[in-house]
Amino acid sequence: MKTMLGRTLREVSAALKQGQITPTELCQKCLSLIKKTKYLNAYITVTEEVALKQAEESEKRYKNGQSLGVLDGIPIAIKDNFSTSGIETTCASNMLKGYVPPYNATVVQKLLDQGALLMGKTNLDEFAMGSGSTDSVFGPVKNPWSYSKQYRERRRQKPHGENEDSNWVITGGSSGGSAAAVSAFTCFAALGSDTGGSTRNPAALCGLVGVKPSYGLVSRHGLIPLVNSMDAPGILTRYVDDAAVVLGMLAGHDPKDSTTVQDPVKPFTLPSLTDVSKLCIGIPKEYLVPELSSEVRSLWSKAADLFESEGAKVVEVSLPHISYSIVCYHVLCTSEVASNMARFDGLQYGHRCDIDVSTEAMYAATRREGFNEVVRGRILSGNFFLLKENYENYFIKAQKVRRLIANDFVNVFNSGVDVLLTPTTLSAAVPYLEFIKEDNRTRSAQDDIFTQAVNMAGLPAVNIPVALSNQGLPIGLQFIGRAFCDQQLLTIAKWFEKQVEFPVTQLQELMDDCSSVLENGKLASMSLKQ
Amino acid sequence: MWARAVWLSLRAPFGGRRGFISTEDPQGSGRITAEMIEHLERLALVDFGSREAVARLEKAIAFSNRLHAVHTDGVEPMESVLEDRCLYLRSDDVVEGNCAEELLQNSHRIVEEYFVAPPGNIPLPKLDEQEPVLHS
Repeated sequence: MKTMLGRTLREVSAALKQGQITPTELCQKCLSLIKKTKYLNAYITVTEEVALKQAEESEKRYKNGQSLGVLDGIPIAIKDNFSTSGIETTCASNMLKGYVPPYNATVVQKLLDQGALLMGKTNLDEFAMGSGSTDSVFGPVKNPWSYSKQYRERRRQKPHGENEDSNWVITGGSSGGSAAAVSAFTCFAALGSDTGGSTRNPAALCGLVGVKPSYGLVSRHGLIPLVNSMDAPGILTRYVDDAAVVLGMLAGHDPKDSTTVQDPVKPFTLPSLTDVSKLCIGIPKEYLVPELSSEVRSLWSKAADLFESEGAKVVEVSLPHISYSIVCYHVLCTSEVASNMARFDGLQYGHRCDIDVSTEAMYAATRREGFNEVVRGRILSGNFFLLKENYENYFIKAQKVRRLIANDFVNVFNSGVDVLLTPTTLSAAVPYLEFIKEDNRTRSAQDDIFTQAVNMAGLPAVNIPVALSNQGLPIGLQFIGRAFCDQQLLTIAKWFEKQVEFPVTQLQELMDDCSSVLENGKLASMSLKQ
Repeated sequence: MWARAVWLSLRAPFGGRRGFISTEDPQGSGRITAEMIEHLERLALVDFGSREAVARLEKAIAFSNRLHAVHTDGVEPMESVLEDRCLYLRSDDVVEGNCAEELLQNSHRIVEEYFVAPPGNIPLPKLDEQEPVLHS
């Protein structure tokens, strides 16, 4: 029998209603797991008191038969670039250490209004810039799967003298903390953000469902912006149905975010698809790159075969400009970053240096002290592309290429394709020590390759965990849907999830084994990037 | 194989003139002049901090030059994927605000209801006048 923490949202909600477990007990279980898995470094702030108070209130509601909905009493975690009223929000940067927002992001408010319990703020790459969750001032996040039995056994084959814990693998990024939090069963759902794949990438590497909704479906008010024209709040859960529940609560027009569409939205229940014979699945040929690992390629191929064997039409399609997506993203992202980061000057909030000679000197020193190299690098690149002499050749050019990419997708969907099926990442998670051999920009360019174009076009996409690699690490595949057809996308994803039966519970038992080992033994201190 | 063809075409040699970048470099990695460094640091109010950071920018520019291989004649720039929709405008009514106290609390230096800034209109010292920030 599955433990409570391994169940779906609806199952736990039913259990809460029936009194099989109380919100406080559930909250305590999660808090205790958070303490046990502290070495993962998934959380920047653990809001124990807040969570327990919310649990108490939830319990009262259940006693009176007035629960707010499926999410009432459910522990969740929020990525630390969403503003949370009264709770420190750092974006994993020195610039915002100690910053306490006076308001909740709209998505946070919606979750709280549904009675969800806030476990804490999770770790990320600084200002969501990165694909490994390794560039945070609070240290890198460790993938819980690093501690799975299978993976540990492989490690023992390595030469002697190596530190027990030195071969841990990354979570992917930049929403790595959220992914680790859900994957380690410390919460049932977590919010991430997705600008180039930052929710889907860690979802794939941590064996989770990671949803990037259509741009304009979910409010970005309170999400500290990276690229305003591409950012989307992301949802990380263990099951597709859970993600659909959360998305249903979060979607909808927000007067405080003028980039949200005004189409009416209501919470939806995913139908259980049994017949896929009317579907057309597109396989973009340009995604078959030489760097794709053979394991991922094989799973991708098997997935396509699965759809075909069940009667769906599976066709090869072409996205001719997709190979320019990463370059295009690089220019547009750094340009928007240069603009968005300009607000951090130390005057009204955030870090402020001690220099008082002049405003400019104060701003410059504050920003030097507050931002890490990655952020500073992107700001400088962005400023370069926005120079008068470069504006036309780089920024406008990139915007034109963006249209070409977006049109490629439109053409494919117009030709009768319902969803695209692609890999999410090139391979399963790599060891941290290997990941840091290349710089942030290089890694992002490599890792975002399958996910990035989706943000360019503003389409919805989801990662579904498929199988474990030879090393015992998760591999996922991505479905991309038409704009604002998020429900259809998740319906197909749910069908696929059922066929695949990814081993979710395996991790829980193995982690319990492992926690006691790590607590007693000597643990390497968090290795910060050099 | 078609995939390989795409990758080969992305490695087309760099050509053409670019403002602050020397074209003498045959690899086309675009060296950045000291003038450009100072200009960017002043605009961004963020410093490079090291020789490596400058090298990284040069690599980033070289990487971005691949964009020029795409034909975009007659293509309009795309600013937002929602360009076909009408932007939502709410009515001009005051619905929130009056939270000066809360907002002031987040600042390090305030006096009464003012954020305190150091004197303005004092330009940053030029690169050769200031302490060397670039570490080699």
